[in-house]
Amino acid sequence: LSSLTGLPAFASMMDDAIAKLTGGADLGEGAVTITAPEIAENGNTVPIEVSAPGAVAITVYADGNPVPNVATFKFGPLAASRSASTRIRLATTQNVVAIAQMEDGSFQKASANVKVTIGGCGG
Amino acid sequence: MASGVKPRVKVPKTASAGDTVTIKTLISHKMESGQRKDDDGNIIPRSIINRFTADFNGQNVIDVTLEPAISTNPYFQFEAIVPESGEFQFTWYDDDGDVYEETKKIEVS
Repeated sequence: LSSLTGLPAFASMMDDAIAKLTGGADLGEGAVTITAPEIAENGNTVPIEVSAPGAVAITVYADGNPVPNVATFKFGPLAASRSASTRIRLATTQNVVAIAQMEDGSFQKASANVKVTIGGCGG
Repeated sequence: MASGVKPRVKVPKTASAGDTVTIKTLISHKMESGQRKDDDGNIIPRSIINRFTADFNGQNVIDVTLEPAISTNPYFQFEAIVPESGEFQFTWYDDDGDVYEETKKIEVS
């Protein structure tokens, strides 16, 4: 049994992607917020907003999409706030997760569950 | 996707020095995700805008990496500081190598 501990076999693709970003660092909470609708009738265009005062970058993931990565926002010297809004595709009901990299190199996490009525990755 | 791509940007025309201005950008683009199939069941190849940047007088405001999960006609809203009069430069980078650019002047008093 000891050989199973620490193996990423059961981790989701999103957890793998986050681990790659953070190098496995602990994820704090509270400094980053993600705003998304509770229910999205159309998964093709779901409005989201991320905000993290003191962040140098915010990366957004969607754990139920075929590819979990959604977008990365890097803030430059003339960014007035460490926040941005966009519209994303969600294949199904799932969690949308924001990981903020702070100025001191630490990472913060926030997530929002979005119920999707019509998926946004249809073939 | 070199045809029919049209950037649209909303920036205030005037501001006071050091003010925060809200910027809204939208570019018409199908953002083909690479997940969809055509009528014959063949995967439609991915074709998206993969990067968007906004700069003011050569200094960066925001640099966004886009994945296929960004919706058709990518929209961004964000805030910039304007220290002096000048010009915003907006740039979108397409998978096919095309680069779309837009500029907006702002008068700072």
